Amino acid sequence: MSELIPPFDWQQHVIAPWTEGFGANIWIVLMGFFVATACGLVGNYLMMRRMALVGDAISHSVLPGIAIAFLLSHSRGTVPMFIGALVAGMITTILIEVIHKKSRVKQDAAIGIAFTTLFAIGVILISLYASQVDLDQECVLYGEIAFVPFGEPVQLTDAFSAPVPVFRMGIVAVITLIFVVLFYKQLLVSSFDAGLATSLGINATFVHYALMCWLSITVVSAFESVGAILVIAMLILPGATAFLLSHRLPVIHALTVLMAALSSLLGLHLATWLDCSMAGAMVVMASVLFVLAWIFSPLDGLLVRWVRQRKLHLEPPEEIIVVPK
Amino acid sequence: MSRHHPPSTINCLRYVLIALGLLWFGLDGHAAKIGEMSDTTVLEQAGRFFTFQDPAVRYALLGSMLLGICCGVMGSFIVVRKLALVGDALSHAVLPGVALGFLWNTSKDPVAIFIGATIAGLIGTAAVGAIKHTTKLKEDAALGLVLAAFFSVGICMVTMIQRLPTGNKSGVDKFLFGQAAALGANDVKLMAIITVVTLLVIGLFYKQFLVTSFDAGFARVTGVPVQVMHYTLMLMLAFAVVIALQAVGVVLVSAMLITPAAAAYLLTDRLHRMLILAAIFGMASGAAGAFMSFLGPSLPTGPFMVLGGSAVFGAAFLFAPQHGVIMRWWRRRSRSLRVQRENTLKSIYHVLEARDFKPEGVTAKELAEKRRETLEDILGQLRELRRHDLATLQDDEQTVFLTPDGWQRACAIVRNHRLWELYLTNAAQVAADHVHEDAEKIEHVLGEDVVRQLEKRLNYATHDPHGKLIPGEADMLRGSAPSERITDAVGYGKRT
Repeated sequence: MSELIPPFDWQQHVIAPWTEGFGANIWIVLMGFFVATACGLVGNYLMMRRMALVGDAISHSVLPGIAIAFLLSHSRGTVPMFIGALVAGMITTILIEVIHKKSRVKQDAAIGIAFTTLFAIGVILISLYASQVDLDQECVLYGEIAFVPFGEPVQLTDAFSAPVPVFRMGIVAVITLIFVVLFYKQLLVSSFDAGLATSLGINATFVHYALMCWLSITVVSAFESVGAILVIAMLILPGATAFLLSHRLPVIHALTVLMAALSSLLGLHLATWLDCSMAGAMVVMASVLFVLAWIFSPLDGLLVRWVRQRKLHLEPPEEIIVVPK
Repeated sequence: MSRHHPPSTINCLRYVLIALGLLWFGLDGHAAKIGEMSDTTVLEQAGRFFTFQDPAVRYALLGSMLLGICCGVMGSFIVVRKLALVGDALSHAVLPGVALGFLWNTSKDPVAIFIGATIAGLIGTAAVGAIKHTTKLKEDAALGLVLAAFFSVGICMVTMIQRLPTGNKSGVDKFLFGQAAALGANDVKLMAIITVVTLLVIGLFYKQFLVTSFDAGFARVTGVPVQVMHYTLMLMLAFAVVIALQAVGVVLVSAMLITPAAAAYLLTDRLHRMLILAAIFGMASGAAGAFMSFLGPSLPTGPFMVLGGSAVFGAAFLFAPQHGVIMRWWRRRSRSLRVQRENTLKSIYHVLEARDFKPEGVTAKELAEKRRETLEDILGQLRELRRHDLATLQDDEQTVFLTPDGWQRACAIVRNHRLWELYLTNAAQVAADHVHEDAEKIEHVLGEDVVRQLEKRLNYATHDPHGKLIPGEADMLRGSAPSERITDAVGYGKRT
């Protein structure tokens, strides 16, 4: 056990990452934060539409798109990867619709069939063309966020440069934020009431497909460095935590961003301590935050519920006791 | 209704098991180790696979088929219960259990891993239920949450294990995408035991599982312990996931649950047949996956199995006799063609009626005016009639004469139309000017027995609400123009 879990050392695991490894760690935390923010904001709308698992499906099924884009373009360029992911995302969405609408298979089973098939194709392509694709199977799942800082840098100004993946992810996160602010009303209305949206002149189908497209873009820009698991988790976990803490959408969005920052920061420390997968550790911290919110949420947390129930048992309100004469 | 089915289910599966047993014990031989295979060609590999000389091949094949059976059967239940993605969440949630089981004595002990994984899977399932009940998050979010949280804990543990001195060679990473070639004798024995137990439990309590799956309320009323059945099912689902892990991998186990079962779901309406079909499909895709992954040195088994299952599903989706897309398309197309033929016949009847059934042919031009369509469309429709021997064409295809068959169909359609109009005005009190649209649709689907009932109910009326004559049986058979018949029927709008 002791060789598995090293003793916790404040100096080494909390202070040192910021004194010694600052140059690398800041990029890792920023990358995790950007991924979690972009995914979390998109994920909030998926959850409101009860499509959380469609997000899960798409984050798996962009894999063949990426693999084919690699094979055709022989590069890790942004544009071919985005195109591959968009096509794969659309194919998933359409496959799910077709299976669900044209046969009597229910939607949940249709999701399960569509994404596993595409993911299987992706994994096979990767293992067949491993030398060309430059991705390995494990990397697909939990990525290599630790290598992010050593990627090719983009020279932003004379004195400041950022690694390409972080730069790209940052742009995606900022654009996501802008979309969420600009199209707040459209997204909100079409998520809750497609009928009302249509009567207000909002094309709900278009919003749906636009959301799916943007989801594919977000997933693919995160995929290469952090893997599928962090993407899936970040689509749901920060948002779900925020949902437990507030009922107002703007607050939920803000909390989502906060949770994104916290889980990526704490994840880095956890991974430094346990020396395990960084993406995995970030998700573990996001899960811990969720469990904390679940227990301690002032709105509807387990503790509040328990206290409420206990009050009900201990002191029955007198005025409603009817004494028979 | 299905009392005799459980034995037949068991019977069929028993033969399968016997066949598998023969495969396992009947063949014996010593051959090259699986590690040497990287320097052989694909064909040699295929040949070696089919001779079953290599014990590793036999274990891989047997294991893959056993897990196919187990997953197919359990998957059928979650597909009909609309719990398909519970299988997905469950299969990701077992990963920390696998890692813990591995840590138990830092080796790949199948039993320890089995126990750890089952417990983790059940905790995951329970967590989904708890989140659903105590928060306002919906089921899909709860499933995704548990999936991601448990899986990430598992990933952290796996990466920590790989750091151990013994860890790197442990093969614990093989659990992610599966490697059937890594199956050993102990693994296959465990799989066989679990499969037999699963089939026995399903066989013994088939009726209870059937009732709880389709109508929980009814099951409760008849005294079936619904909750117990549900948890038993979840436990066995966890079993199926766990034995499938090594060969298929955590990520794709859910496909082995969902896809063969969904394919079977498209082919039959009875649960016992679905179970058998799903088991066969699962077995076939398992065998195909084991074979394909054997062909190359680093090919993972799981994805190939999944693709095998997807191919079966795709075939069922397209070609299933009842629910397949092609058959449904064909049925819809032939129905719409029939409706069009009947509409053409009806128009011919109307034209004939407008000139008191003078025995002359109807010209295409008259029809085109009547139907307000172009001459080419009408000609196409007339040729379609001729193709079905409902009419003959003369004068360079410009004039149409109905055959006796055509006349009967035309009369029947007009009769259906007018009877329905009359029925709507008489029995449903619909105004006479509102009945036409409805009758336009129903005329094509009224069967003979409904027509008889309508006639009886309407006292064998001879006129429709608009005063037109309703063709009678005798007119249809004689081929004569409909004439006044003596009846005491009173319909709205009757002229006399």
